[in-house]
Amino acid sequence: MNYLLAKKPLFLLFFVLFFGQIRAQDFPPLPNPPRLVNDFTGTLSADELARLEQKLVGYTDTTSTQIAIVLMRSTGDYEIADYAQRLGENWGIGSSKDNGILILAAMNDRNVFIATGRGMEGAVPDALAKRIVTNLIIPNFKTESYYQGLDQATDMIFKLASGEYKAEEVESDGNHGGAFFLLLLFIFIFVILPLIKNRKDNDNHMGGRGGGIDLWTTIMLANMLKGGGGKFGDFSSGRGSFGGGFGGGGGFGGFGGGSFGGGGAGGSW
Amino acid sequence: MKKFLIPVAIIAVLGIYLYTKAVGSYNQFVQSEEQVNGQWAEVETQYQRRADLIPNLVNTVKGYADFEQETLTGVIEARSKATSVTIDPTNLTPENLAQFQQAQDQLSGALSRLLVTVERYPDLKANQNFLELQAQLEGTENRIAVARRNFNESVVAYNSSIRTFPNNIFAGWYGFETKGTFKASEGAENAPTVQF
Repeated sequence: MNYLLAKKPLFLLFFVLFFGQIRAQDFPPLPNPPRLVNDFTGTLSADELARLEQKLVGYTDTTSTQIAIVLMRSTGDYEIADYAQRLGENWGIGSSKDNGILILAAMNDRNVFIATGRGMEGAVPDALAKRIVTNLIIPNFKTESYYQGLDQATDMIFKLASGEYKAEEVESDGNHGGAFFLLLLFIFIFVILPLIKNRKDNDNHMGGRGGGIDLWTTIMLANMLKGGGGKFGDFSSGRGSFGGGFGGGGGFGGFGGGSFGGGGAGGSW
Repeated sequence: MKKFLIPVAIIAVLGIYLYTKAVGSYNQFVQSEEQVNGQWAEVETQYQRRADLIPNLVNTVKGYADFEQETLTGVIEARSKATSVTIDPTNLTPENLAQFQQAQDQLSGALSRLLVTVERYPDLKANQNFLELQAQLEGTENRIAVARRNFNESVVAYNSSIRTFPNNIFAGWYGFETKGTFKASEGAENAPTVQF
């Protein structure tokens, strides 16, 4: 008994590692380039896909809430609720506020599930998710009008979630630009101007003042490094939305690591 | 003088090494134990959420005069039993956890019997109130499953960190003990086949 107990944690660790590895293959890799609407079954036409994508990306841009749609063939032995939660967590749908929603349809199983991220459980409680599924998605899916079902369901989610979150990223990007400009100004006044002055000044008594400038330079350089780092990070994360502005089509910047706690509801048609 | 200093230096270096190692592993244990406690709080929250839903469910079902009293009392009893079994988070031993799980699983069983019985009452099945309660109950069961899985993962990490050498020596000193996990429900081990 003692021996068994002693072995158990190790065994469990192997168990988790072993199944963890299998499970990693059970989930489609992150779409690249990032997309909110992912149809692995070819059910939707290219035009319908583009329209849904555009609609959802627009919503993400204004509210930061990410609503993803995945159509796949089968969730295998997974319950669709379980699979939807894992997929949402795996892809990280939603921003750091966990405001992601995944509409998952397993076409061969004829199952559909709306999984709500942890931050969306208040806006779209399970009972309402269930109503969206039974009243909007299933009747449409029964007549094979898949696009209409998804279109109406996302419209309803928009209504429920409106006002819940705002896209603060856009504002903070603007603020950041201002801060950067101020920083440039500071560098100009405290670093570049003194340098120019120094060049003109040939006096030897400059040692003392030179020391002062050195201190300022150090601080400014440190700030610049910090600012530069932040700027760089923002740049890479903001790249998607820039692309959207110019390219028109896939303007989705990528999933933001949202977490799913198992909320949501589903049904079958 | 110098000969005397060398062993002292060696002992001092060894002592410092041991001390930092001991402090480092202690902090590591505390961190992963806190992880476990956090996940445990989530598990309790979700079970509590289910327990809170049950009175509503019972009241809705009660409205149907001819509803089988037996299944209803089964749920009520299992609920009071399940809510009476609580664990102090500092004492998540395998035995305590097994007891907790047993009480909760009994409630799950009683609830699923109730939901099966409801199939025989078409009026009740169409009742909007009941449908929403059912959706909430299903959602809660899903949340329980997620919380349990996260809890198990954090316990496995914690247990393996305090049982590996040389951490097990330090863990023994500080009195960190292995914690229990939820046992997987039957049939969960099947190798799944997923088609994207």
